[in-house]
Amino acid sequence: MESKILKRLSNAYILFVFAFLYIPIVIIIVYSFNSTKSNVVWGGFTLDWYKTLFSDDNVITALKNSLIIAIISTFISAVVGTVGAVGFDRYNFKGKGVISLLIYIPIVIPEIIMGISLLVFFSALQMNFGIATLVLAHTTFCIPFVLINVKARLSGFDRFVEEAAMDLGASKFTVFRTITLPIIFPAVISGAMLAFALSLDDVIINFFVSGPESTTLPIKIFSMLRFGLSPEINALSTIMLLTTFVVLIASQVIKTNKNN
Amino acid sequence: MLKKISKILSVIMVATVVSLSLGGCTTGSSSDEKVVNLFTWANYVPDSVIKDFEKQTGIKVNYSNFSTNEEMLAKIQATKGSQYDVIICADYMVQLMSKQKNILMQPINKADIPNYKNIDTAYLSQYYDEDNKYSIPYSLGSEMIVYNPDKIKKDIKGINDLWDPSLKDSEVLLEDPRSVIGMALTKLGYSINETDTKKLEQAKDELEKLRPNVKVFDADTPHNSLINGDTSIGVMWGSQASAALKGNPNLKIVYPEEGMQFEEDNFIVPVKAPHEKNAEKFINFLLDGKESAEITKNIEYINVNTAAKKYMSQDLLNNKAVYVPQEEFGKAKHLEDVGIATKDYDSIWSEFKAYEEK
Repeated sequence: MESKILKRLSNAYILFVFAFLYIPIVIIIVYSFNSTKSNVVWGGFTLDWYKTLFSDDNVITALKNSLIIAIISTFISAVVGTVGAVGFDRYNFKGKGVISLLIYIPIVIPEIIMGISLLVFFSALQMNFGIATLVLAHTTFCIPFVLINVKARLSGFDRFVEEAAMDLGASKFTVFRTITLPIIFPAVISGAMLAFALSLDDVIINFFVSGPESTTLPIKIFSMLRFGLSPEINALSTIMLLTTFVVLIASQVIKTNKNN
Repeated sequence: MLKKISKILSVIMVATVVSLSLGGCTTGSSSDEKVVNLFTWANYVPDSVIKDFEKQTGIKVNYSNFSTNEEMLAKIQATKGSQYDVIICADYMVQLMSKQKNILMQPINKADIPNYKNIDTAYLSQYYDEDNKYSIPYSLGSEMIVYNPDKIKKDIKGINDLWDPSLKDSEVLLEDPRSVIGMALTKLGYSINETDTKKLEQAKDELEKLRPNVKVFDADTPHNSLINGDTSIGVMWGSQASAALKGNPNLKIVYPEEGMQFEEDNFIVPVKAPHEKNAEKFINFLLDGKESAEITKNIEYINVNTAAKKYMSQDLLNNKAVYVPQEEFGKAKHLEDVGIATKDYDSIWSEFKAYEEK
């Protein structure tokens, strides 16, 4: 009897948590199909806002920029982060403790400070602001997420498997390619997905390091608020959500395929 | 073996980073490139107008966005006025930028902008740039009162009426210290840019009396609470007032008799704009009567162009939120930088807001 109540309570709790997380998102999506230009009054179903969006070149450019930056910086940070994590796991060197603390800096410092320091840094180097500065900035704050993820996976790693392979004559590189990498791959992917999501939705750092040809989608959404919330913003947000979901699902598919 | 590979890898990585950064440096654009870099709020220049410009001139528009004037300033300071060709920003920002040691704007050559003559002279020679050396007006925003006559029987005439006890718990105000404190100063008959501590103290007392009437503070969507009936009277910007009327056509717009607060947005050209000539062409194009009417139709800000009126629909001309008669501008109040008194404004505002928890 008691356990039944407990079960109901825990179900209610889960329901409550999910409702809290997802209701705002559902509302955003629903109101992107609203025919009146308001977030209060429902005027009927329409796809007009999506039509306006897709005929607006600025939106397409911003979406393209966001995706290019996210893909490149995810790739670079996945490679650098994984190599770094393996290095941390395998080798002992002077200042290892300090460096592993420093890795956390991009995660813990306020974004605004990182944005301003990157702005000052890039302008001191007289670099033109654009895709290149954005990719560098995003890679900087994405690397730690991959690195920490992979490091955690490596610490629960059975080293004897590698040693066995080496006993049988495999070179260090072959061992890494055929044994280590496949084992840590799920961690690399989940770190990379985190990096992708972070890169896609960043606003503050983006603003400081973007240039005239590289406005990204979040900057555009934020700037559109000057004219109030309109279903156009809802529609844009829905597109961003969809992009993120597609990437998440794709990564899950890759993961399960690997595991089989 | 692994050591060798890792060495090679690290060399490749360093090379990539260096070439990326050098690439960033060398793509510096020449002035005869067919490009213009526009920097302003998203959608403030409608997409249709941009497409028209690109079609007619063959110049590509790179449209990038900021969300506050201050963000824009930070960016321009860091890039020392390079990178962008045309910026549209608020009046007080033009004043602030012209007071700085190294002026980041360049004088605009009106001879190359024949459509400059279309601008209504009422909007030229304002306090922030008396000879319009650096700036050309683009459009105006103004704060007005919107109320629901079904719920409020009193005849609303101006800011003063907002203190009426019958309006208890029914107002929406902009979440903006200068706007709200400015209302109290207006009621007292002082300037909205008052810096005198004693007068500000009086304004604070006035605000305490206003507080019971205020139900909602909202900077971006004040019209929503009017439409859904949470509030029945509010102060908001013209484009928001227009949105309110679209949601509920029974609402009424009132221009406060004490004079409205205006914000004039202007074109400026940064000092090292890479495509200065294209910037002039772009400004000229936007000042054309027909394009200007198209812009007003989209953004619903007040039009400053005398040539645009004949292209504007009757609906637009009758829309009190968009088409404000010129005599109103004669009584206009403009927000100016208050210098160190900003601190007083901030403390009045936080006390006013804190009152809400009592």
